[in-house]
Amino acid sequence: MSAPTATSRIPHRLKLNLQAIVGRAYPRIVGANREPSWIFFEAILPLLGIAAYVFIYKALGERALLGVSDPTEIARIRASTNSLIATVVLGGTMVAFWLNVLWSMASQLYWEKEIGNLQLYMMAPMSRMALLGGMAIGGMFMTSVRAITTLVVGVVVFSVVLQVSNPLLLIGVFFVTLIALYGMGMMLASLYLLWGREAFNLSALLEEPIFFSSGFYFPVGGFAKFGTIGGAMLAFATAIPATLGLDAMRQIIVPGGPVLPIPIPWGPGTFLTADLEFGILIVLAVVFLFLARQTLAYLEKLARREGRLTSRHQ
Amino acid sequence: MSNLARKHWRSFKWAAWLGWEMDSNWTEPWLFMVYSVIKPIAGAFILVLMYSVFALIGQFTDPDLFSYIYVGNAFFIFVGNTLFGTFQVIQSDREWYQTLRYTYISPISYYTYIVGRAASKVAVATLAVVITLAFGALALGVRFEVSLVQVPMFLAALVLGLFCLISIGICLAGISFMTAKHTHGLAEGIPGIFYVFCGVLFPLTALPGWAQSFGRGIPLTYWFDLTRRLILPSNTINSGLGFFSDIEILALLLASSLIFFLLSLGIFKLGEYMARKAGKIDMTTSY
Repeated sequence: MSAPTATSRIPHRLKLNLQAIVGRAYPRIVGANREPSWIFFEAILPLLGIAAYVFIYKALGERALLGVSDPTEIARIRASTNSLIATVVLGGTMVAFWLNVLWSMASQLYWEKEIGNLQLYMMAPMSRMALLGGMAIGGMFMTSVRAITTLVVGVVVFSVVLQVSNPLLLIGVFFVTLIALYGMGMMLASLYLLWGREAFNLSALLEEPIFFSSGFYFPVGGFAKFGTIGGAMLAFATAIPATLGLDAMRQIIVPGGPVLPIPIPWGPGTFLTADLEFGILIVLAVVFLFLARQTLAYLEKLARREGRLTSRHQ
Repeated sequence: MSNLARKHWRSFKWAAWLGWEMDSNWTEPWLFMVYSVIKPIAGAFILVLMYSVFALIGQFTDPDLFSYIYVGNAFFIFVGNTLFGTFQVIQSDREWYQTLRYTYISPISYYTYIVGRAASKVAVATLAVVITLAFGALALGVRFEVSLVQVPMFLAALVLGLFCLISIGICLAGISFMTAKHTHGLAEGIPGIFYVFCGVLFPLTALPGWAQSFGRGIPLTYWFDLTRRLILPSNTINSGLGFFSDIEILALLLASSLIFFLLSLGIFKLGEYMARKAGKIDMTTSY
């Protein structure tokens, strides 16, 4: 019997890594849904935050209607209000994914280190990317279930009118956004591994500022109206997959054409269409997955060398 | 000072110091300060952009409503911080640091200890509120109008509002004696309820009738309304509480704060008793 070669071991390694992916995704797909309390805590409670922002737009809409008698003007104000409410419901739904990326992807290796699992993962004969990939797939599924529940309830409760103009593109944008977002989460996971206790605070810090810069509750193109600072903010925001994903989805499902889309600086009057954003998101997904692989390998080596891989409470 | 008062003061003082150390010792003080104010400022910016976008699309501006939203959001910083500061103590000490059993058997009042632990979060929140309000006044044109005569009432309302928030936080802490992993859900859910039903970001009248009635049953609704009355110029917004005078609102706030204080004592004792009886007082569940 000949000794196994690197090539002959590929199927075996592939099988092992697939098993690792399934094994790590399992608790998030099956385990996380086993206890029904998630329906209340993770699907219904987020509606409260969405409701607060919806009522702001409603209050603004009602104030704008005061003293207006022209039916065309009334229809215009109502349409604007509805499109912004739809933006809030869509953004509020996508918040679940960003929070999942922060708390269940980026922070995960740090948590695993704290509870003593990380050393077991490191000893297991699998690729670290398989581990992160399993976490990402499980997280995407788990969060999608919660987000879709929130979206459906939100649309019904707030009587939001949505109009899907291109279903295939919508599905494509949604999944590519998730892959790019979770790729970013995988990259951050290795950074957090090194940063230790600061990981928790960093995740907390990346909530509101990203909700703001990515335009979770308003069309992000609104930044363009704030001159150079707004333009710089917009440029920064487009590096975060949520920004382009949300804007593209808004363009596809909010009726009445794009509301404040992202302008292209070198083409006056032009803006990023959903197709173009889809293309950029594909590039971002590839870049983040590549960076995740590189940073993970580098920082794992660094953490091993500095003896920080298994040290807790640091 | 009596022995009992001294004991409570000592518990409070050291718990506050511990809370501050735990919150801030992961980094340099200046970075901690930046970190502490970036979140609320970003939260305020979300509202600024929401308003600006509506103004752009709807071709409509309403500085009164913007000030209403901005001030409500600034004072809401107290809500999130104070509530989280109180009711995460048990969960974090029990599950994360696993020090609850040692603190619990020490000769202190555990109730006062939790209040002390929340104190550092209240202090940081105060700074964030001041910075947010100053930013609103200096950069966004939010106009404040405070007369010296109203300062005592404003301070009284602030103290009562915080007292009420801490009492609600302790009620939740009492419940968290018995729960395993729901602290984060509660941390988002309970402030979320206040965010929607207390007229924080929009007048109560924007809500459906049943929700307005619910909001009027929450003491924080009165706190937010009174605070706005005392620091903003008079405006045309119908907050839904216009039929109460300032003094009546303060009296309502005082009464409801006392009710919540008594409730917090009862719920905390009950939660503690049930947790001890069920052997859950120092149980770790790895959540």
